[in-house]
Amino acid sequence: MDKLIAKSPCAGLLPLTIGDVTLTEEEAGAMTVLTPRKGKAEAAAEALAKAHGPAWPEPGRATGPAGARAIWFGHDEVLLMGPDPDKSLGQHAYLVDQSDAWAAVRLEGEGTEDVLARLVPIDLRPEVFKRGHSARTQLFHMSVSITRLPDGAFLILAFRSMAASLVHDLKRAMEAVAARG
Amino acid sequence: MRIDGKGLIDRTTPISFTFDGRSYRGFAGDTLASALLANDVRVMGRSFKYHRPRGVLTAGSEEPNALVTVGEGAAQDPNVRATMQEIHPGLVARSQNRWPSLDWDLLSVNDLFSPFLGAGFYYKTFMWPRAFWEKVYEPAIRRAAGLGALSGEADPDRYERAWAFCDLLVVGAGPTGLMAALAAGRAGADVILVDEGARMGGRLLAEVEEIDGKPGHVWAEEVLDELAQMDNVRLMSRTAVVGAYDQGTYAALERVLHHTDRRPYGAPLETFWRIVAKRAILAAGALERPVAFRNNDRPGIMTAGAVRAYLNRWGVSAGERVTVFGNNDDIHRTARDLMAAGVHVSGVIDSRHDGPVSHDYAVWRGAMVCDTSGRKGLESITIRLPGGEEKIQTDCLAMTGGWNPSVHLACHMNARPEWRRDIAAFVPPRNAVPGLVPAGAANGSFSTAACLREGLVAAQEALSDLGRRAVEMEVPAAEDGSYEITQLWTVPGKGRTWLDFQNDVTVKDVKQAARENFRSVEHMKRYTTQGMATDQGKNSNVAALAILADATGRDIPDTGTTTFRPPYTPVAIAAMAAGAEGMAFKPQRFTTSHEATVKRGASMIEAGLWYRPSYFPKPGESTWRQSCDREVKMVRESVGICDVSTLGKIDIQGPDAGAFLDFVYTNMFSTLKVGRARYGLMLREDGHVMDDGTTARLGEEHYVMTTTTAAAGEVMKHLEFVHQGLRPDLDVAFTSVTEQWAQFAVAGPKSRELLNGLLDAPLDDADWPFMACGPVSVLGVAGRLFRISFSGEHAYEIAVPARYGESLFDILTAKAEALGGGLYGMEALNVLRIEKGFITHAEIHGRTTAFDIGMGRMVSARKDCIGKTMAERPGMLKEEREQLVGLHPLDPAGKLLSGAHLYREGDEAIRPNDQGYVTSVAYSPTLGHMIGFGFLRRGMAREGETVRMVDALRGETTLCKVVNPVFFDPEGGRVRG
Repeated sequence: MDKLIAKSPCAGLLPLTIGDVTLTEEEAGAMTVLTPRKGKAEAAAEALAKAHGPAWPEPGRATGPAGARAIWFGHDEVLLMGPDPDKSLGQHAYLVDQSDAWAAVRLEGEGTEDVLARLVPIDLRPEVFKRGHSARTQLFHMSVSITRLPDGAFLILAFRSMAASLVHDLKRAMEAVAARG
Repeated sequence: MRIDGKGLIDRTTPISFTFDGRSYRGFAGDTLASALLANDVRVMGRSFKYHRPRGVLTAGSEEPNALVTVGEGAAQDPNVRATMQEIHPGLVARSQNRWPSLDWDLLSVNDLFSPFLGAGFYYKTFMWPRAFWEKVYEPAIRRAAGLGALSGEADPDRYERAWAFCDLLVVGAGPTGLMAALAAGRAGADVILVDEGARMGGRLLAEVEEIDGKPGHVWAEEVLDELAQMDNVRLMSRTAVVGAYDQGTYAALERVLHHTDRRPYGAPLETFWRIVAKRAILAAGALERPVAFRNNDRPGIMTAGAVRAYLNRWGVSAGERVTVFGNNDDIHRTARDLMAAGVHVSGVIDSRHDGPVSHDYAVWRGAMVCDTSGRKGLESITIRLPGGEEKIQTDCLAMTGGWNPSVHLACHMNARPEWRRDIAAFVPPRNAVPGLVPAGAANGSFSTAACLREGLVAAQEALSDLGRRAVEMEVPAAEDGSYEITQLWTVPGKGRTWLDFQNDVTVKDVKQAARENFRSVEHMKRYTTQGMATDQGKNSNVAALAILADATGRDIPDTGTTTFRPPYTPVAIAAMAAGAEGMAFKPQRFTTSHEATVKRGASMIEAGLWYRPSYFPKPGESTWRQSCDREVKMVRESVGICDVSTLGKIDIQGPDAGAFLDFVYTNMFSTLKVGRARYGLMLREDGHVMDDGTTARLGEEHYVMTTTTAAAGEVMKHLEFVHQGLRPDLDVAFTSVTEQWAQFAVAGPKSRELLNGLLDAPLDDADWPFMACGPVSVLGVAGRLFRISFSGEHAYEIAVPARYGESLFDILTAKAEALGGGLYGMEALNVLRIEKGFITHAEIHGRTTAFDIGMGRMVSARKDCIGKTMAERPGMLKEEREQLVGLHPLDPAGKLLSGAHLYREGDEAIRPNDQGYVTSVAYSPTLGHMIGFGFLRRGMAREGETVRMVDALRGETTLCKVVNPVFFDPEGGRVRG
């Protein structure tokens, strides 16, 4: 009997440690894009907090712990990461399953800011881009979402189809930073 | 010649290097220029045009003469300034622009012809015959004139780009910059201090100075030690800030590994930085200007500041018997430093009549150097005194015409510098680059005390702007000497007086430009080439425009400067493009079936950023056509599998989703039944076709739109624009789900049979007619099925979440092969769609309307849509517009070519007779001949007519019959069956 076998976006590419920096694939769980129905922003926020915990994030912010994160994802969009969305959310928001659309990686260790400074054009200094901050920006040529997690590591989301380029670009930057010592 | 006990070099670390194949020895801390001078090597290059022997002129990044090629083979680096290149073990440097050798250069014969080769010579001489310029003259001239060359091979070194952010960027780490960085650092601001040199300190390393009672370099070292301890201060040496841009963004080039032969894996040779600073201080110092006099370009003649720098920093005397010439008090400082080091000073020539005198050395006041001699280097100079001329034996002449503040960065946003008569120099304009404040010598304040003072004030100003409290600080005591200057640009007289050493431009060339009415400084620059090439006129611009001002009877501020543009110093393209070499030029998008596809030997083609299989070769097939024909036949006769995940998929939800789609598509979607899909056509606002594709209704409030692969991003942007800008009233949301789903076409008469072996509930025609869609369970996984066809066959597209894509692809392939089918690629897909009359972006290429492609009736009359009104303009509906037709050759062996043009059978193939063009062609294995689409004037009315296809580029002519574009199964029986 045939059986469909699941494969993660970065299978065969990660993990990777170069110098003091480690890049791993993040176990993201379900990923759902939430967009409030017209005039239902508050109700959607309440429903999210009630069903899953995290507050509806302001632009440029992420809320909630691992397993139930809410990441600002663009104009009127929030990415719920972790749980399967509760049915109650559907009354106030449009839900789109994106669990397979994004490659999620985690970059951590001494010097992660230096690695990202080689690829990302925004200010990621710890005092500027703090824990719980999130941005839709560029990583080299790619559109990405970058979040500084509560533990200080960076969560990077890129298109699944670009996982190989994502790892390639990060690896090169990690090598350059490690080589400088 | 090295002077014992002088200099800041490390004499315990000798270093060997080679120049032009000969081995020399220097010390750690030496530049190539200082080490060569220490070895009495005076000729370091040949000049650009006349191949005159040239020595080093300066000790900094403005060096025009001493340019060398460093390294060998693919990694060789041309036009490296010997004044900036640090020596290191293994350094291999070569001189440039000479053949066969630096010492004996055949092309120095150009120098003899110099009376004929002045400014404008090429423009006048090589105009005729016209065709000769590109093929004969230019290559010959380029070979004779020029700088170093790249290897022509791919650069093996890595480069990188990086961003940095700070409160305050300080450009230059001389007394001004150090003082500013210290004040800002102590106040807790985030500071980046950048200096192009290997060692920070600027002129404090090159002069005999005291600050706070300590030697200047010691004070600098102490400040740097304190700065290095601060977490909020970043010191970047070997880094040149090369450009100032909007919003406090500065470009900087860091030379990471040029000073060593170490190449740790992954390390960049250079880093191209973009530094974003809330405030910046320009403390880039000043550049000394030479004086133009006859034969002032002999090796051994250099700027006085350079002579002091070589002496004080590197412990090298540039000559044994030195003379000094200039128009300001620096001449005496130079003489004093040399005397103190035990170097013989033959005399000081002061162009001023009222300058100071000396008891220690001869001073000629009101005198000028008017000529020099010495074939491979300076041997003597001739000075013109009020009472006559005198010849003096000397092997080194230190000259100074005053100092030009480094105004460049302050002018990068197109402002012009301001003239200050008292110092006879241009100073930076204020507020010309928002947030950038010039200070110290860069601001025209030349004494060390003034530099320290201005550095502190500039930092305090910046801190106050940043809302920070400055820490109480005193300006340390330092020299506050005078700078009495009288203007001196050129010494009158006969012969060639060199102005721009790098481009071999003389005073006469500038005057010639003025005579020929190239009076604007910008025109003069282009006419003479003064100010071009790697030094960008840093040594000659001000003098050249002063001479132009004189020649045109204007004053200097009226004459003005040329435009200052980045980069300040040369930047390798490799650094700016870092990381984007080869396949990293763009991100690569791979489908879930990519690995399996490559494993099967498919040749891949790029579609946007995606990679898709062109065809899947089987053993025994030697051409792509054989594979393609087989794949087409396979789809027509059994079943084929093709990954179509690359097509754009947009999830659209909301009670107004139908109304929204009615507005963006020409046809109706609000009336579409749930569980059905429909082909849709989308127009741009100007009425031309934007994109096409099927959109399926998955629920009352839920649609999924398909776009073409290439237009997926454009369509998404368009939808955002329409929603946010035109119809914000609609309650609708959309999200791209292209990446979420792996989707495969299953096409051919056996497609249903294949799927029934895979789906948890079998398909039947009643529930799954043509254009049906809906959820399905695929081996226990929730998927989607669409009965749509791009081949004209009974076909489906099956979608599963992308994590299962690779697995489903393998299963589909195996099942298809078991049924006599298999995989097909883009070539076969293209043939299938042309046979069936389906268009792609080859036809909807941006200039065609719905009317042109025969879909005029798809623009619904019952509603408005984007582009509808504009598509109704008379010109858009004209009968004689080119319309989509099918074409096939009269002779079955005849060839069709895309891009070819169409003519009436009897007409000559010239432009006025043009009737249209061919957009898509294919060999149809089903029909046994080529078929194609074209756009032909009034094409739809001309079915049956014979036209002539002419491809003028490839020299092909074919008589074609105009036919209906649907070549195969026009009734559509197969797709519904």
